[in-house]
Amino acid sequence: MNQPAPNSVKDYGPLLYPALMLLVFFAIPFGIMIAVSFFQRDPAGFYTVDFVFSNYERFLSAFFGKVLSFSVGLAVLVSLICTVISFPFTYLLTRLKRRTQVFWLVGILSVLSLSEVIIGFSWSSLFSRTAGLTNLLVSLGILDSPTSLYPSFGAVLTAMVYQALPYTILVLYPSLARFDTSYLEAAKTMGASPIRAFMNVMVPVQRNTLIATLIMVFVFALGSYLLPQILGRPQHWTLSVLITDQAIYQSNMPFAAAMAVFLVLISLALIGLTLLIGKEEKVVS
Amino acid sequence: MSGLTLSGIRKEFGTFVAVEKIDLQIPNGSFVCLLGPSGCGKTTLLRMIAGLEQPTNGEILIDGSDITGIPTHKRNLGMVFQSLALFPHLTVAENISYALRIRGASKKDQTARVDELLEMIHLSGYGDRKVSQLSGGQRQRVAIARALALSPKLFLLDEPLSALDAKLRESMQVELRQLQQKLGITTIVVTHDQREAMTMADIVVVMGEGRIRQAAPPVEIYRKPADKFVADFIGATNLLPITRDSGGVAQLNGAKLEGITLDENEGTLSVRPEDIHLLSVGEGTVEGTVAFIRDLGATVETFVDVDGHQVMASCSPRERRPLQVGDKVGVSFDKGASVVLTS
Repeated sequence: MNQPAPNSVKDYGPLLYPALMLLVFFAIPFGIMIAVSFFQRDPAGFYTVDFVFSNYERFLSAFFGKVLSFSVGLAVLVSLICTVISFPFTYLLTRLKRRTQVFWLVGILSVLSLSEVIIGFSWSSLFSRTAGLTNLLVSLGILDSPTSLYPSFGAVLTAMVYQALPYTILVLYPSLARFDTSYLEAAKTMGASPIRAFMNVMVPVQRNTLIATLIMVFVFALGSYLLPQILGRPQHWTLSVLITDQAIYQSNMPFAAAMAVFLVLISLALIGLTLLIGKEEKVVS
Repeated sequence: MSGLTLSGIRKEFGTFVAVEKIDLQIPNGSFVCLLGPSGCGKTTLLRMIAGLEQPTNGEILIDGSDITGIPTHKRNLGMVFQSLALFPHLTVAENISYALRIRGASKKDQTARVDELLEMIHLSGYGDRKVSQLSGGQRQRVAIARALALSPKLFLLDEPLSALDAKLRESMQVELRQLQQKLGITTIVVTHDQREAMTMADIVVVMGEGRIRQAAPPVEIYRKPADKFVADFIGATNLLPITRDSGGVAQLNGAKLEGITLDENEGTLSVRPEDIHLLSVGEGTVEGTVAFIRDLGATVETFVDVDGHQVMASCSPRERRPLQVGDKVGVSFDKGASVVLTS
C-alpha cells in the first residue's frame, strides 16, 4: 500500500465506473423504494404521491413482528447449519487430491444451476407420501407406512440449507485452501488431539472467514420466498412472502415497499452487530 | 537401548520413494543435523520422527520402546516448523503456554513457566505482545520457547533459521547450540546449510536421494567424506579421476601420486582446495596452467587447468605466489589430507 493519496479530481477517476454502477443499480432503485414506502395507496390504481407514515404504522403490529422474527430466525438457523456443515467439509475437501477436489466442486456447482422452483418441487416430491423418502424407510423396515413430511418447518429448513450450501462452500473454499496446515501440526506436537487442534487453532484463525460466511448465508436466506411457500405452512412464510403478496397480489406497493425497507434496515443492523461483536472479541483475545 | 533409534525406515508417497534404508542411532542429549540438498528426504524423516507422517516400513524407538504407531499428540516432543506456525490469534505468552493449557496446568504454573521461558530466550516482558508485533528473530525465539514449554524428550526443528538474514542466522546458530547444551535435550535439526550443520551438530547426518550417505561428527564429515556425494556437498572440493598402476599406486593423468594407494582400478581423489599447493614448474606432482584467479580478500582462490581438469587451490593472501593467468605451475597434493573415494 505505497500508493500516494489522491489529491486531484482526476485521481478519483477510476472510482467513477463502480460509483456509477452502484448509483444506477442500487442507490436509485432503493431510493425509489424508500420514496414509495411513504406514498398513499390508491385502491383504484397504483399509488398517489404523498408523505405518510401509515405504511410503517401498519407494519408495527404483533402479526408482522412475528413474521419478521420468524424470517430472521430462519435465516440465522440456515446460516448456522450451513456454516457448521460446510466448514469441516470444505477443509477436508481442500486436503484431497486436486482431481478429486475438481470432481466435488463441479458437483457442488451444478446445484447452483438449479432454480429455486426446481429445488422446491424436487424436495416436495422427496417429502411426499406417495413418492417420497419415507417409502425407502418403509422398504428398509424402519417405518410401518409412508407419510408426508411436508408442509413443515423441517422441510423448509432442509430445502433452504440445500440451496445455500454450495454458496457456503464456495465462500469458504479459497481461504481454507490457503490455510497453512503447519498450525494444526504445531498444535498436535504440543499435545492437542486432532479435533482439539481444529477447534483451538483452525476456527479462531479462520474467524473472519467464518463471520463473512455467516453474514452471506444469512442475507441469502433472508431473501428466500419460494421455498417457504412450496414446503411450508402459512406460519412458515417469511417476510419476503408477505412482501410479494402485498406487491403483486394486493397491489399495495407502498406497504410492500415499507416492509422491504424495514427488512433491509434490520439485516443491515444485524450485520453491523455481528461485525461489532467480531471486532470486540478480537481485542479481548 | 537409550536414545532415539530409527531402524529400516522407508517412506513412499504413491510410487515415489522419499526415504529408504534409514538406520540411525541417536544417543540421548546429542545434537544431530540432518543435512542434504532439497528433496533428499530430510524433512520427511523429521516428520516421521514427529509422527506427522507414518513410515511405510520400519520402526522408531525411544529408549527402546516402539513409538511408530503413537500419534503425534501423545509423543513427548517439541517441534519448530519452517513457517514457525506461531498462532496469530494468541499473544506471545498464550502461544508459549498452549501446551501447558492443554495439559490442564494451573494459571499460576503457566505464568511461572512462561516467565522462565521468556527469560531463557531474552524476551522478558514481551508476553503480552501479539506475534505480529515481533521481529523475525524474536518470533524464532518464541517458537523455540513454545516447543520447549513441556521440557520434551525430543526437540525437532525443521529448517528453523532459513527465514532469517545471514548475520542473525549465524548468531542464532550459536545461541541454539548453547541452549541445547544447557538443557541437554536430544535435538534434531533439518538444514540444507552445511555451515549451520558444522556450527551446531555433534553428529551430522548427510542425506542424499532418500538415503543416509554418512553420519559422523562434523570434522570427520569434512576430512573423511564417505563418498563423492558427501565430499562434493560439504564444502568445496576437487574431485579428480585417478587410476591404479601395476604397483597399486594412484595415478593422475599418468603422473604417479606417491603415497596414495588405490585398491580398485579406478577411483576419485578428493582434495580440499586448502590442501593443494602451487609450486614452480617441475616441483609439483603434476603440472598445469593458471586459468583464473579470484581474490576474496581473506583467501585467494587459484583455478588451475591440469590436462582438462580444473583444480582449485586456496591460500591466504600472505602465502600467495605472484602468479598470473596463463602461467605454468606445478601442483602438489597434501597426501595425508587427500581422500580416495571408490565406487
